[in-house]
Amino acid sequence: MTFRKLAVGAALAALMAGASTAALAQDQITIYSNSYRTGPFSGSGIPVANGIGDYMAMLNERDGGIGGARINWVECETGYDTKKSVECYEQGKAQGSVLYLPWSTGATLAAIPRAHVDKIPILSMAYGLSAAADGKNFPWVFNPPLTYWDGAQVFLQHAAQKEGGGLDKLKGKKIGLIHLDAPYGKEPIPILENLAKKHGFELLLYPIPAKEMQNQGSVWLNIRRDRPDWILLQGWGAMNPTAVKEAAKNNFPMDRMVGIWWAGGDDDARAGAAEAKGYKSISWHQVGANFPVIQDIVKHVVEKGKSQTEKGKVGEALYNRTVYQGIILAEAIRNAQKLSGKKVITGEDLRRGLESLTISEARWTELGAPGFASPLKITCDDHSGHHAAFIIEWDGSKWVKASDPIVPDKSVVRPLMLEAAQDYVSKNAGWPQRTEPCDARS
Amino acid sequence: MLYRESGQFKTSYTADMAVFPIREDKIGIALIMLGALIVPFVATDFFLASVAIPFLVYVLAAIGLNILTGYTGLISLGTGAFMGVGAYACYKLTTYFPDVNIIIWILVSGFFSAAIGIVFGLPSLRIKGFYLAVATLAAQFFLEWCFVRISWLYNDNASGAIEVPRRTLAGMPITGANALPEVRYLILLALVVLLTWIASNVVHGRIGRSWMAIRDMDIAAELIGIRPLKTKLLAFAVSSYYAGVSGACMMFLWYGGGEAADLFNINQSFNILFMVIIGGLGSLIGAFFGAAFISSLPTVLKFGLPAIGIPIAGATAEHITFLLVGFLIIFFLIVEPHGLARLWQIAKQKLRLWPFPY
Repeated sequence: MTFRKLAVGAALAALMAGASTAALAQDQITIYSNSYRTGPFSGSGIPVANGIGDYMAMLNERDGGIGGARINWVECETGYDTKKSVECYEQGKAQGSVLYLPWSTGATLAAIPRAHVDKIPILSMAYGLSAAADGKNFPWVFNPPLTYWDGAQVFLQHAAQKEGGGLDKLKGKKIGLIHLDAPYGKEPIPILENLAKKHGFELLLYPIPAKEMQNQGSVWLNIRRDRPDWILLQGWGAMNPTAVKEAAKNNFPMDRMVGIWWAGGDDDARAGAAEAKGYKSISWHQVGANFPVIQDIVKHVVEKGKSQTEKGKVGEALYNRTVYQGIILAEAIRNAQKLSGKKVITGEDLRRGLESLTISEARWTELGAPGFASPLKITCDDHSGHHAAFIIEWDGSKWVKASDPIVPDKSVVRPLMLEAAQDYVSKNAGWPQRTEPCDARS
Repeated sequence: MLYRESGQFKTSYTADMAVFPIREDKIGIALIMLGALIVPFVATDFFLASVAIPFLVYVLAAIGLNILTGYTGLISLGTGAFMGVGAYACYKLTTYFPDVNIIIWILVSGFFSAAIGIVFGLPSLRIKGFYLAVATLAAQFFLEWCFVRISWLYNDNASGAIEVPRRTLAGMPITGANALPEVRYLILLALVVLLTWIASNVVHGRIGRSWMAIRDMDIAAELIGIRPLKTKLLAFAVSSYYAGVSGACMMFLWYGGGEAADLFNINQSFNILFMVIIGGLGSLIGAFFGAAFISSLPTVLKFGLPAIGIPIAGATAEHITFLLVGFLIIFFLIVEPHGLARLWQIAKQKLRLWPFPY
């Protein structure tokens, strides 16, 4: 009866527990990372998983890990399914993962309350709950270098510049948001609604359910009717190339459609062929393989056949984006090792490491990435940093930088964010008060 | 040899009609209950949170659908949505009345689901079979739309997620992040035992017989005085009640908050239908088998295979799990089209004669 199944499961679980203690014996740091190389989101999921995975493999190959401890990088397949992501979280916890990388806003939302109890930091780089940038209420969640709310504000600044000036130029304009009808896509809505009132533009929402991702005809019919002046595309997976294709088909001016950073994959833009020229996206780091660090990845990992990446895809936008994440994570681990004086750090150490992380321009050069991204600073108060981003443009075959850095207006975003964080805390009755001390910066 | 009923004489009709007429079965059930009580003390948190708790949640849903499809013969593709109604109802109830114990609200939220189930069950009086499946599909789509578009249901949360607050029982947190998996498991176990016991009594009694009469031939049932309107709608109500409780449990005792609309989609409905078909139509034990097979097996395979030294991970594990589960579904359906419950019955039958078959 069911007991047999339970017994088998219990035996397996016991084995798993046994395996995890054996693994801890060596000097290694285990990190579980969710990935989705299967399912409708794999188009975005594969480059994203490759970038950070290759970077970690490169560190193991080149330097023997970080600070003498090898990185045991484990991918846990979720198919972008929140239920499976929760399973992966539990598995990571059981295996002593020092970090949780959800790779989905829905999964981040599900994990945030648990992480505060289990003391496992969450690194949701430029995704997840924007309000979690409030380090006072969310000591265990990090979303550097900027949040979706900042992204939306950067988009508005760019649109206003193109309209010829400050944000007041947006008055009376129609701004559309094409978004995945999931927590990820809905994340920028509150800030856009707020700013629509403030600056007097009209916000038009075009939700696209996950099952309709490749069938956006009806939405684009509405877009043709409404004629929005600008469109922000908050899409993921198969939704992005479809949206770019539809925009081309419907003669929507490409340079007025801006994808949030996750909608800025090379394959996303490539889908639109020649018509996609001019499609824009937001980024905070350079693309291309002309960085020593990327060359190291090619040399130590890709060319040795230790990666799932095709060589031609190294250096693409999404790939580099998670190399960026790999770099800041590795720096945080180094910082944690320094703070704790231990080689094999724990989740709590890594939290401290992330919280007092600084990467200066000189450090970026030392890391083999000169000019790759702007300096980064995370503080106890501000777990995101609201760093600058810039616009990149698809020139028909690759992404090129198309604007100066745009700094999100912290004075606008931050108060709203703190309000949202407060709201979250009040809705989750029994939310723990922050007791974690704040480390002095090294 | 051990499993033999010779010498066990029934001296009353009640004894003869008992759900478990053989003494060995009673001992077996007692042992299983004991085992289920021991599980939280020996199993790891991962096993409890990712295998045992989901299993129990799905058992409730599968029992619910089995009542409708297995016992009454009405196919429904709306189970996922009815589960959702339970989850959202429970969320709203505990938002408005935070002082009432969450377990009460979990049980009460089933009634909201039952009410919605009755409404969408009305077409079953006119249409049957696959056509009814299509009608319940409408329920699925409509309710899913409500879960996304009516922001009141999720307290106008910007991300559309349900945020599960901490609720306690005797000072111990039972929902929210602080709730220990052991506690959540035991509460769920108590609910499953209680509701299975009720379901067992219902299906073995007058109501269950009238459901089965409708299933076997509704015209004949009508002729012997069973009112189809009442009977079918009752089946819809009870089935949706179980689904609703299962949904509330899923959200509050297993998931602990998060994106809800996506959880109660059409795939969920199909999953539960598969549980019922593979477990065995018209059998409560089949619901347990089906839930274990469809819900727990993939998890055990995905994380269990690497643990016992078969080095597959990441996407490959996912693909292999899909392949294996698919293969097993075909295998079991070829070996026994009436589901795992029937296999179990045959095994018991053989065991009675073992080691001296005729």
